[in-house]
This record gives sequence, C-alpha cells and structure tokens, in this order.
Amino acid sequence: MLELRSLTKRFSDPAAGARTVVEDFDLEVKPGEFCALIGPTGCGKSTVLSMVAGLERPSAGTILADGAELAGTDPRTGLVFQQDNVFPWKTVLGNVAAGPRFRGASRAEANARAMDWIRRVGLAGFEQHYPHQLSGGMRKRVALAQTFVNDPRILLMDEPFSGLDAQTRQIMAGELLELWEALGASVLFVTHDLEEAIALADRVVVLTARPATVKREFTVDLPRPRSPREIRFHPRFVELHEEIWSSLGDEVRTAYTRATTAS
Amino acid sequence: MRTLLRRSAVPAVQIAILVALLGAWQVAVDTKSISVFFFGSPSGTFRELYEWIRRGTVQGPLWQQAWVTMQETLAGFGIGVVLGVLLGTVLGRIPVLARIFTVYIGTLNSVPRIVLGSVFIIWFGLGMGSKIALAVVLVFFSVFFNAFQGARDVDPGLIANAKVLGAGRGAVLGHVVLPATFSWIIASLRVAFGLAVTGAVVGEILGATQGLGLLIEQAQGNFDPDGVYAGLVVTTALAAVAEGLITLLERRLLRWKPRRRTAPAPTT
Repeated sequence: MLELRSLTKRFSDPAAGARTVVEDFDLEVKPGEFCALIGPTGCGKSTVLSMVAGLERPSAGTILADGAELAGTDPRTGLVFQQDNVFPWKTVLGNVAAGPRFRGASRAEANARAMDWIRRVGLAGFEQHYPHQLSGGMRKRVALAQTFVNDPRILLMDEPFSGLDAQTRQIMAGELLELWEALGASVLFVTHDLEEAIALADRVVVLTARPATVKREFTVDLPRPRSPREIRFHPRFVELHEEIWSSLGDEVRTAYTRATTAS
Repeated sequence: MRTLLRRSAVPAVQIAILVALLGAWQVAVDTKSISVFFFGSPSGTFRELYEWIRRGTVQGPLWQQAWVTMQETLAGFGIGVVLGVLLGTVLGRIPVLARIFTVYIGTLNSVPRIVLGSVFIIWFGLGMGSKIALAVVLVFFSVFFNAFQGARDVDPGLIANAKVLGAGRGAVLGHVVLPATFSWIIASLRVAFGLAVTGAVVGEILGATQGLGLLIEQAQGNFDPDGVYAGLVVTTALAAVAEGLITLLERRLLRWKPRRRTAPAPTT
C-alpha cells in the first residue's frame, strides 16, 4: 500500500519567490493496483514521482509504504524515466545487472537474474550489445528490465513511452501489462495521453493545472487481461474517455491560457 | 579491386610527396642552391643517425639517451594525468571547490609554462627531476580541463537512474561519473603525451647531463643542423609509437561509443 499524504513541493525561485509545484496531494495506491496520473503538461506530475522515488524531498507531507515512511531511495521502489537513462558504457547485460550489483548481489547472481529479465523483455541474443547499437524501443526494453530485475513493489513510471513512435508505443504498452501482471507491483504511471492512461490503468487520477493536486478519480472498470490496442474499441472505453476528458479538458485549457498569456 | 587500388593509392601518394620534398632538398643542397652549412641535408641527417645507432652519441649509446628522455616523459605524463584527473573530477563534482579554485587554476594556466622550465632547473637541478616537473605542469592543465568539463557535464538523468537502482555515493562515482568523464580524459591523453615529450625535451635543452634534448642542444651549439634533425627524428619516432599505443587503449576503453570518423588530434 502506497499512501501520499498532503504532499507539497515548493521551489525557491529568485524571480518570483517560492513557486508551489505540488500542493496538498493525497493519494492511495492499493497493492497490485495500476494507477495513472494524468494532467496538463508541466503541472507537476513528474515532481510527484521524483518525491516518491526519493530523488527529491517533499517540502511538506509524507509518503508511506505499507505504513512506514519512505525517505530517500528505497529498495522497494523502481522508476522508469521518460528518457531511457541506460548507461551507454555498459552492455545490455551490464545495464540490467547494475541494480542487483548496486544492492550487493554477487556478479554471478546479478548476471543470472539479468539474463532472465533480458529474455522476458525479448532481448535474448543482445546481451553483449551497447545501447547505441539498439533502437529506441529496444533501449526502452533495457530500461524496463533494468527496473524490473530489482523486483520493485512500487513501480513508478514517468511518461515512459512518450519518446517512442505510435506503433512502438502500443507494442510496449501491451508488453508492460504482461510484465506487470506477472510482477504484481503497485504502479504509479504518469502520462499526458488519456488513451494510454485508460488502456493501462485500474484508476485514472486527473490532476489540476499547477500546483498539482488531485481533481477527480475515475475507476476504469474494463476487463483484464487487456490488450491496449483492442480495448480502445470497447464501448466502455469510449464512455470513460468522454467522462474523463470533460474533467481533464478544463485543466488543459487553464494551463494553455496561462502559458500563452504569461509569455 | 578498384577499392583496393583506391585504398593503396592514398599512402602511395603520401610517400611520393615525402620523397619528392626530401629529394628536392637534397638536390638543392647538392647543386649548392642552399648552403649545407646552415640547412644541412637529408643524407647528412641519415649519416648522423646511422653513426648514433652504430657507434653511439657523444653522451653514450643512443638507446640510453632515448631511454632517459622516455623515462622523464612517462613519469611526467603519469604524474600529470593522475593529478589532472583527480583534481578535475573532484572540482567538477563539488561546485563550491570549483568556485574557489578556478580563479587560481585559470591564472596559472595563463602563465607561459615553458618558462617554468628555468625555475625547475634551479629548484631540482640538472637531473631528471626538473624535466619531469616541466612535463607534469604541461600535462596537468590539458588533462585537468578535460576531466573538469567531463565531470561537470555528467548527465543528471544517469545519476538519478543509478540512485533509484540502488547505487550509493561510491557506486555513482564508479559506475557513472568516472566512465562519463573517461571519454573526455582519453580524448586529452594524446595531446597530453605530445606535451609530455615537449616538456622533457625542452627541459633537457635548458640544461641537462643526458637525453635527446641535450643531443639537440649540443648539435645546435656545434652548428650542426644534421644533428638537430637527427635528434628530432628520434624524438618524433618515440612520440609516434607512444601515441599509437594510446590510440589502441582508446579503442579498447571506448568500445561503447558509436564509431565516428575523427581527425587526428593536433600535438604541439
């Protein structure tokens, strides 16, 4: 169980004083639940993830995992970034084995676990390749394997597929669901793509324009296991899309007006 | 077949140009168009080299002189690289220290460093110490600035990823900061080696009891241009071999980088 309680983040800005990016953010993610956070670009969604991942400290509020406070990076959390932050000087095997190595596993054990995940993301045969020799989709698979090999209970994903082309995106979304169903982790998935959010998640949380706070939550009552490509044609999908968009649209317009009048 | 021809054509032309230039020089000297007394000649230079190899130099066997210069070069190179990498990485990763020390390093960098050779000869005497010191000073700055730049520009996303994957401070340094800085450092090594040779030879010219620089300096004193050229040839050959070794090392260590056509790095 992941709980965010009145989470707030302020950045000091020399020009405008303190800038509040996230304010009084409350959220609960049940074990094994796939929760998508959706909001207008630049609303502070990524900052929420950075705080849960332990990369940034909240200015106020607490993050609890199974009732105990999460402070700093934690073995239970894993984060898949927007850019594939794979290490260019490590082979695919070295990249995937990095997590277990950092956490004190022996080289043999780390490599064995890495080999298993490389196979599961469909990169068998590419163990000795360097990232620059791989396509964008393959590098993303390395990034997924790199995170999953640590067996995170809380999986954080920050617009992980936004850099990929439309076709690769759909394929990766399908693979992600399969891997997640086997892993059973709680997922906090940040995106600004509503279709992606509905296709993947059990619950879609709409955030307000900056400062980010929870506006409304929608339960996605679509059957599982799902194929993200086919589920789009489900009548319930279309209804949910209408419903959520009517809530999200206002925030997107607010953010847009603000961005165009500020400059 | 055609590609083979084209591939061998370039070195053939290169050799032809060299032969033509040396030949023109030799002819100019033989026909007394230019004075052999001032300008020397290719044949004279080869004769001098042959003598050095067969009978040894005035200072003793040639290999001994070359070995002295090589030792100074290698010691200066090694110490300079280690200091440059250490200080560059530390200042690159700790912004407070960088703010304090960059003004000093910047100022020292503007000092014409070759002149320090005279200071080092007074401090450390005519032995190897003063040459090594000069080589260290030359090498240090070239490596330092590259290491500093590299350590400062490490992709923050990679550091964040390593931290989330469970890396502590040491692992972040070893698995992210150092490898990222490495490509910058290695790019500077070839130039730095050229500078180490320069430091050792100039140090010897300024005052020494042994070494290739001393041979050059004595030839200059005897008004023997062929001797100066012969010294240059030996020094260049040593530097070229060492740079070849560094290129091999570079290929081995930077296997992870996409292959790119690179122009040969300039040496001083």
